[in-house]
Amino acid sequence: MQPRSLRDPERLLFELSRPGRRGVALPPLDVPAPDRAALDPRYTRDEVEGFPELSETEVVRHYTRLSRLNYAIDLGLYPLGSCTMKYNPKIHEKVARLPGFAGAHPQLPAGAAQGCLRLMHDLERALCSICGMDRFTLQPAAGAHGELAGIMMVRAYHRERGNPRQVVLIPDSAHGTNPASAHIAGYRVEQLPSNERGCVDLGALRRRMSEDIALLMLTNPNTLGVFEGEIQEIASVIHARGGLLYMDGANLNAFVGRARPGDMGVDLHHLNLHKTFSTPHGGGGPGAGPVGVMRSLEPYLPVPTVEKEGEVYVLRHERPKSIGKVRSFFGNFGMFVRAYAYILALGPDGLRRMSETAVLNANYLRRKLESTYHLPYDAPSLHEVVFSDRHLEDTGVHTLDIAKRLMDYGFHPPTIYFPLIVKGAMMIEPTESESREELDAFILAMRRIAEEAREDPDLVRTAPHTTPVRRLDEVGAARNPVIRWTSPQKPR
Amino acid sequence: MGDGHRYIPASDADRDAMLREIGVAQVDDLFASIPAPLRLKGPLSLSPAMSEQELWAEMSRRARDDRQPDPGAQFLGGGAYRHYSPAVVDHLVSRTEFYSSYTPYQPEVSQGTLQAIFEYQTLICQLTELEISNASLYDGASALAEAVLMAERTTHGGRVVVSDRVHPEYLEVCRTYLANLDLPITTFGHRDDGSSDPEAARRALREGKASAVVVQQPNFFGCLEEIEAFAAAAREAKAQLIVAVAEPISLGLLKGPGRQGADVVVGEGHSFGVPLSYGGPYLGFIAARQSFLRNMPGRIVGETRDVDGRRGYVLTLSTREQHIRREKATSNICTNEGLCALMASIFLAVVGKNGLRDLAAHNHAKSAYARNRIAAAKGCSLPYTAPTFNEFTVRLPVPADKAVRTLLDRGMVPGIPLSRYFPGMDRDLLVCVTETNPRAEIDRLADELGRLD
Amino acid sequence: MSKGNGIYPEDLKYTKEHEWLAVNGGVGTVGITHYAQSELGDIVYVELPAAGSPVVAGEEFGTVESVKAVSEIFAPVSGEVLEVNTALATSPETINKDPYGDGWLLKLKLADSKELDALMTAAEYRKYIEEEAN
Repeated sequence: MQPRSLRDPERLLFELSRPGRRGVALPPLDVPAPDRAALDPRYTRDEVEGFPELSETEVVRHYTRLSRLNYAIDLGLYPLGSCTMKYNPKIHEKVARLPGFAGAHPQLPAGAAQGCLRLMHDLERALCSICGMDRFTLQPAAGAHGELAGIMMVRAYHRERGNPRQVVLIPDSAHGTNPASAHIAGYRVEQLPSNERGCVDLGALRRRMSEDIALLMLTNPNTLGVFEGEIQEIASVIHARGGLLYMDGANLNAFVGRARPGDMGVDLHHLNLHKTFSTPHGGGGPGAGPVGVMRSLEPYLPVPTVEKEGEVYVLRHERPKSIGKVRSFFGNFGMFVRAYAYILALGPDGLRRMSETAVLNANYLRRKLESTYHLPYDAPSLHEVVFSDRHLEDTGVHTLDIAKRLMDYGFHPPTIYFPLIVKGAMMIEPTESESREELDAFILAMRRIAEEAREDPDLVRTAPHTTPVRRLDEVGAARNPVIRWTSPQKPR
Repeated sequence: MGDGHRYIPASDADRDAMLREIGVAQVDDLFASIPAPLRLKGPLSLSPAMSEQELWAEMSRRARDDRQPDPGAQFLGGGAYRHYSPAVVDHLVSRTEFYSSYTPYQPEVSQGTLQAIFEYQTLICQLTELEISNASLYDGASALAEAVLMAERTTHGGRVVVSDRVHPEYLEVCRTYLANLDLPITTFGHRDDGSSDPEAARRALREGKASAVVVQQPNFFGCLEEIEAFAAAAREAKAQLIVAVAEPISLGLLKGPGRQGADVVVGEGHSFGVPLSYGGPYLGFIAARQSFLRNMPGRIVGETRDVDGRRGYVLTLSTREQHIRREKATSNICTNEGLCALMASIFLAVVGKNGLRDLAAHNHAKSAYARNRIAAAKGCSLPYTAPTFNEFTVRLPVPADKAVRTLLDRGMVPGIPLSRYFPGMDRDLLVCVTETNPRAEIDRLADELGRLD
Repeated sequence: MSKGNGIYPEDLKYTKEHEWLAVNGGVGTVGITHYAQSELGDIVYVELPAAGSPVVAGEEFGTVESVKAVSEIFAPVSGEVLEVNTALATSPETINKDPYGDGWLLKLKLADSKELDALMTAAEYRKYIEEEAN
């Protein structure tokens, strides 16, 4: 046996398991045990083969050790562009665990779940105020799920007017979920080219617009962090031919309290509670993707909706033109509690300050880094800025290398190689959560890496050097996928 | 300019200094790219900011508003199940390194999340007795819709055949997902004992090509299905068998559907330590045969080595996904239910092989006891005779929604009136009993139901 | 290897989608070019039609994948698939190592030899990718 070192990899649950160990004790059974024959053995098994057997102590150590291998927003700047990695207030975790919320069964009679329904009702009203929309559905579980629900509502709207139409237009800078969602809703996707500012090309839109187009999906500000300044004209062009305008609200953190989608000609949009409204990202979810609609789309909202009748909150299922349901029950309620707490904690002034500071921080980074890194689009930035690796082309150091080297400086890398319209993109979104000192430390790291690329490119190209594991063989992982543990004694 | 806020470090002085560095005079200038007519003139109409203490008081009041009966006196299932979650689950998922990180795009600084997902995928494979799994889907209902789409991608049957004993919300979500894809759903019926009828499935399959047969185990009415019979029917028709599991604690006692011939198993994983939380966030799981590997929806974690030969984990087979394949992706899912999958893994790790078997046995025993007690109650009967796990249907002497109102006044929720989903089933009540319902409350339930007429 | 200077054998025909075709009697062998494999990077997976399937000139018949990209493969000419390179299932990297040899994708029975006229010569293809790179 080798002595242990701090850099030892953590073994898998299944490798730690030892027969006979237990992690829980159940209370004694307080009813007579049923006859074993009560359940025919053709239905049953004796045990789940391969399942771990561990004590509570070992489980706690295992996951505590694993946690230490992660970077997290509470450790520092996490500048993933379009992901809005902001601070998650600790009070959110406390209020979401209040037994009246966390312990509420979704099949409770509405009369016994008034607090939950009231919270959903009030969150919907607050989102309507913030976004200038008439109604919201809270049901979708994430942004992409919201897109899907939204496009289905659009299809129901057009179908009722005699023709569901065939095409959804999507700018080439869009997130991949947009075309994937449109496809599931039964639409053909057409890509709309960006202009030299990285925005929707209004001329191209005018030329393409026709009555086969159901919808334009527009991310605003777009994935370059640039506000689509011609959004009203875009809406007019679409509306003139009976089409609708969808706004992907992933980047809403850029202008809360400064502007509202509902005032821009937008017919519907989703937003991500896990981005703008600070519910934790959880290592990849849960999210929540409420969709706001104007009055014309209200008949198609998913069911049930929450309504206030007098002083009582009810779930209303009667909505004959509804698209139906996109998931069970009412949505990711635990995220609603956190998002509502965030809105209450910030208030109108705090929400405005949130967006102002997010934009201020992004522009500060831009100013301090634009002489070091190539800025492919120089239109004004809102909440995020996109650089590329072009200035370092002659060094052989690429965006991937810069990202990996940032880890050695203690930062999570930005979103890389997206949007697709920028070669070697580095999409940086600092959010309002960062102090000037944290931004300065990041700027210093980015500048230092550019110097290293010229002085010692191998140092950057082989980074990271200080992380729990170094560069991993993704090619090997994809060629020979091993996606579960199997017992070495019993290969499958 | 307003005051600072506790979540936002930049003070007014910081802002001024940074604006100078940027080279603009005021914050307004940063928003010059928003056309003037679109700029909001006044403040948002929201209540003013609260201190944390006020916020805590306000949210506590809102949560206390509920006239929720004691949890031990609630007999609710129907797609969500109350189970005791060991303290370590909440403790460990509360570690900020887990909950305040994101999708592990950068594996070198995300090994904790990646290894946990790899373990989760393994646990789901073991439970379902299938070969592959993914990093999670939104919930059981949308997971079923994803499974149906996957079966159609591989089988091209152009139709799905679904048991009428599947959770009605799962079916409704499938209908919504398939509504625009020219993929009709044919439902088939059940036998008198409450279980789905394999012969009815065969008849439905004979009506034309189909890509999948869907049954739920245990079914929505609590009855166990004979999975092998549906596997045979599906095989004869060259369709895939999809089994949905809404209450996965049952897998501690029941055979893995994969072993019984299911090609795909999906389900709702929240029973594994994820709070009820009024319906979400929950956790959709999916497992399938190896042949579906490149058609799976969502993220998948794979094992590999780093440049020094150390074992590590990465997101893999990404070319299936929306960020690469866009409209040709296997699904539109991006953010999934990562933290809920972690909760489920920790729950399963600490409950373990022996604990899960015992927990399932307790659920079955207590439910069997309740079933017998209620069957003997005056005016109550059991419409179905098929074996059950922890949920069963009771026929009452009065309309079930009325019974629920009556018993709510006595601090009890006896179950779900099935008329909520099936108009006409007025007197049928779906009762669920788990380890969280003490015997005294079960006895009280039987006594109260016996006093209804 | 820089874009225009890859190896493009003179005896092959080329498409704008970066496939090559070798003709031998009535049988054509199809692969992807040196340029295509270098743009994709390490190839991890290949999806091809079964022998006996028909393919139509200009239409997609399969995909080649790297870790972060998918490239559709289009049929240079119409015909019936006679044989598929099954060795690629276990060693897709052969396409990177030997795109014109062991990295071939499939053999076709040509439907119409007139379709060959629409394809590019090696010189034309070299010029084409130089232009595309700019």
